[in-house]
Amino acid sequence: MNWAVIIPLLIFLIIIFFIGIWSGRKGAKVADADFLQDYFLGGRGLGGFVLAMTMVATYGSASSFLGGPGTAYTMGFGWVLLAMTQVVTGYFVLMVLGKKFAILARRYDALTLVDFLKARYNSAPVVILSAAAIIVFLFSAMAAQWIGGARLVESLTGVSYHTALFIFAVSVLVYVTVGGFRAVAVTDAVQGAVMVIGTLVLLGGVIIAGGGIPNIISDLITENPNLVTPFGADGNLGMAYVSSFWILVGVGVVGLPQIAVRSMAYKNSRSMHRALIIGTVVTGVIMLNMHLIGVFARPILPGIDVGDKVIPMIAMDVLPAWLAGLVLAAPMAAIMSTVDSLLILVSSTVVKDVYLNYIKPEAGIKTVKRISFGVTALLGAIVYILALDPPDLLIFLNLFAFGGLEAAFIWPIVLGLYWKYANKYGAIASMVTGMTSYIAIYQWSSSNGNLFGLHPVVLPVVLSLIAFVVFSLAVKREAYDFDGGKV
Amino acid sequence: MVKKETGDRRFRVAHREAWIGVGLALFNFIWWFGFAYGLGSRPVEEYTYIWGLPDWFFYSCVLGFVVVAVLVAIVVRFFFTEVPFEEEEDAR
Repeated sequence: MNWAVIIPLLIFLIIIFFIGIWSGRKGAKVADADFLQDYFLGGRGLGGFVLAMTMVATYGSASSFLGGPGTAYTMGFGWVLLAMTQVVTGYFVLMVLGKKFAILARRYDALTLVDFLKARYNSAPVVILSAAAIIVFLFSAMAAQWIGGARLVESLTGVSYHTALFIFAVSVLVYVTVGGFRAVAVTDAVQGAVMVIGTLVLLGGVIIAGGGIPNIISDLITENPNLVTPFGADGNLGMAYVSSFWILVGVGVVGLPQIAVRSMAYKNSRSMHRALIIGTVVTGVIMLNMHLIGVFARPILPGIDVGDKVIPMIAMDVLPAWLAGLVLAAPMAAIMSTVDSLLILVSSTVVKDVYLNYIKPEAGIKTVKRISFGVTALLGAIVYILALDPPDLLIFLNLFAFGGLEAAFIWPIVLGLYWKYANKYGAIASMVTGMTSYIAIYQWSSSNGNLFGLHPVVLPVVLSLIAFVVFSLAVKREAYDFDGGKV
Repeated sequence: MVKKETGDRRFRVAHREAWIGVGLALFNFIWWFGFAYGLGSRPVEEYTYIWGLPDWFFYSCVLGFVVVAVLVAIVVRFFFTEVPFEEEEDAR
C-alpha cells in the first residue's frame, strides 16, 4: 500500500463526495412540479464556467488521460497531432447546436435528447430507437469507464480490484443518485479544474526530469527519428486516417447524447458565450499537455509496454509521492466525471423516455421521484455487478459506443434543427443506416484494414446523411414549421 | 406595429452563429492539416525547432490552438448576439 499516494486521492474523493451531496441539497428545495427538470437537467441553470467544465470533463475520459497518452508514448508526435483534433469540440458543439437547440428545447419542454427528437419528429419508432441506442451503448461505455477507474485505483494504491471497484462505485453512486444532474455538473467543474492543474504540474515535472524539451527531442530522434514526424513510429500513421479523427473526436461529437444534452442545460446566451471560450482553451490545454507528457515520458522511462500505465508510472517517477497522488487525481477525475454524466443520462432515458412515455405516463410526482432515485441507484448497482466480472458482450458493445452513437444521432439532431424538410422517415433511415453500417465497417476493417485509409466512422456518417436526405424527401416532402404555428 | 418578419428573429441569429462555427472548424482544419503535413513531410534532418518542438508541430498544434482560441474569443465577443431563450420574452 502506497499511503503517500492514497491520502491525496482519498481527500479528493471525499471532497468530490461532499460537493456532490451539497449541490444535491439545493435540489431538495425545488418545487415538486420542477423536480424532473431539476434532477435531470439542473433546472437549466448552468453558468458559463460550469457548462464549459462539464462538457470538457464529460468528454475527457480515461482515454484522454491514460489510453491516449499511452499511445502517444508509443507513436510519438503523430499521435499528439491526432489528439489535437479534439480542440474543435470546445467550440463546435455549442456553436452548431447553439441557440436554436436551447430555444427549441425550452419550447418543447424537452429534458432529454430523446424528448427533443420526440417533439421534433413526432414518431414512436424514433423514440424507441434512440432510447434503445442510448441505453445499450452508453450503459456499456459507462461500465468500461467504471472498470478503467477501478483498475487505476488498483494500480495506484495496491488495493485489490474488487475493493477499488467498490470504493469507486459507492462514491460516484451516492452523489449522483442524491444530487442528480446538478451534482454531476458541479462535481464535473471541480474535476475539470483538477484535470487542468494536474496536467500542468505533470508536464512541468516531465520536462524538468527530461532535462528540457530540446534534450528530450534529441533523445527521441536518436532512438527513432519517426517519433518526431507526423507519421508515427513505424511511419504508417496516414494522413487520411489521422484526419478522420476530425469526425470521430471532433465535429462528430455533436451527435453524442451526453454532450448534446448539456447544450440544453445552460441558463442564457451569456453562459453559452463564456463556455465557448473557456471550453476551447481548457480542451486544448488538457489534450496538448497530456499527449505531450506521453511522448516526453519515453526517453525518461523507456520500455513501458502497457499504454495505460505510462501516466501513473511517469507521475510516480518524476514527482514526489504526495504530488503524484494529487496529479493522479486528474485521471480519476476524468473517469468519474464521465461515469457520473453517463449514469444520469441513462437514468433519464429510462425514467423520462421509457417509463413516463410508455409505461406510466400518468405517474404522480411522488412516484416519479421514487422511480428517478431508484433507477439511478439500480443502474449503478447493475454496472457495479457487471464490472466485477465484465462479460465479453459489454466490451464488444463499448467498442461501438462512440462512433455508433455519432453516426446514429448526428443528422437527426443537426438536420432536425436546421433543415425544414427533415422528417421522421429520414431520421429513422439515418439512425438505422448509421448504426448498422458503422458496426459492419468496423468489423470489416478490423480484419481487412481501413477502407480507403479512413477511420470506420467516416463512411457511416456520410451514408447516414444520404439516407436522411433521400428518405426525408422521397417519402413525404413537407416543410416543418419551426415557429410552431404561432405568429 | 411592424409585423413579425418571416420566422423567429432569434433563429436567424442562431443560424448565422452555427455557420460561423462551421467556418471556424474548416479554418481550424486547414491550418492544422497544412502545417502538419506541409512542413512535417520533409525529412527529419531539415526540421527546425521552436521552443524545442519540431516546427510543423509547433505551428500546427501549439500556434494553431492559440490562434483558434483567440479567434473564438473575438468571434464570440463581436459577432455573437445575446438572445432570450424563454418564449414570453420574444413577443416583439
